[in-house]
Amino acid sequence: MNKLKTRVLSFPLFLSLSLSLSLNIHSLSTSPPTSPPLLSILSFFYPLTLELIMAESPSSSLSNIPDVTSNLSRKKRRKIGPHNPLQLSSVSGQSRWRTESEQQIYSSKLVDVLRNLRRPESASATGRVVRDAADRVLAVSSRGKTRWSRAILTGRLSLRLAQINKKHKKALKPGLSNSRVKKPAGQRKLPPVQKKVKVLSRLVPGCRKLSLPNLLEETTDYIAALEMQVKAMTFLTGLLNGGVSAAGGNDHNISSS
Amino acid sequence: MSSRRSRSRQSSGVSRISDDQIADLVSKLQQLIPEIRSRRSDKVSSSKVLQETCNYIRSLHREVDDLSDRLSELLESTDSDSAQAAIIRSLLM
Repeated sequence: MNKLKTRVLSFPLFLSLSLSLSLNIHSLSTSPPTSPPLLSILSFFYPLTLELIMAESPSSSLSNIPDVTSNLSRKKRRKIGPHNPLQLSSVSGQSRWRTESEQQIYSSKLVDVLRNLRRPESASATGRVVRDAADRVLAVSSRGKTRWSRAILTGRLSLRLAQINKKHKKALKPGLSNSRVKKPAGQRKLPPVQKKVKVLSRLVPGCRKLSLPNLLEETTDYIAALEMQVKAMTFLTGLLNGGVSAAGGNDHNISSS
Repeated sequence: MSSRRSRSRQSSGVSRISDDQIADLVSKLQQLIPEIRSRRSDKVSSSKVLQETCNYIRSLHREVDDLSDRLSELLESTDSDSAQAAIIRSLLM
């Protein structure tokens, strides 16, 4: 009994130690200038974020655990690629989202998460729940390297914690009124372009205070990821459509993508 | 040139990025957006590109919303049938 207990206790310690070690080594080799330390820690906890996604659905049956551990082991075997997407690797970053394998990985993960999803009471909110799950899985697929993915994941967590303080949060947003103020003459960009940049930065999650080149890099990656998400979800919908009509015994044409 | 390096820590204040860099990035963005790509024009202004980018992202968001609504409906109907889930997984993996 004692041996079992020590093993159970030592595993999380070992995991946290290894992760902190890898964090130190990685921060020595490449120093990401833009990500605050908290968010960069999140990028190394991306194997655990899949657990977080599963944990958000309260179906804590034991059958989830082999899924999660198989996903964890799958992710650990994959090599972590070059870490700076904000510099020259924008082309490889986009083509990463366009590969067929990435789409299949995303689809399978989404299916896993959706199967264990919690059902909300109102029927109209289910779409929102599915959308949130899809965004979360998309963010995890980004492996913590992009700012928008980290913002999506931390946003979900902080939303849960701050549900009580919603009014307090709304009171703390004076920035919206300030954005209409005209920029001083020292700015090189014209105000109409700057306005559009602001709008764009609001659309891409987590990029409100980003400089323009970084914002555009994030945007390109985000657009590629969104396109992949649309393709994968269309594919899944087609599959389920075909399955439903087959199970119902209808004679409709099964539309598979 | 000290203005060449764009430090993101100063991003909330004055950003010292050259216009050439901006034009270069905007042209890269231009390649992604299908509407502008099909027009094959080099004279698209950066504000137009940004506008089209925002519209494109919004339309993608809307598509994802529609798809997730449809998926949620389908999932509810196939909830009881676990054999289908097994079929889906075998097809995807």
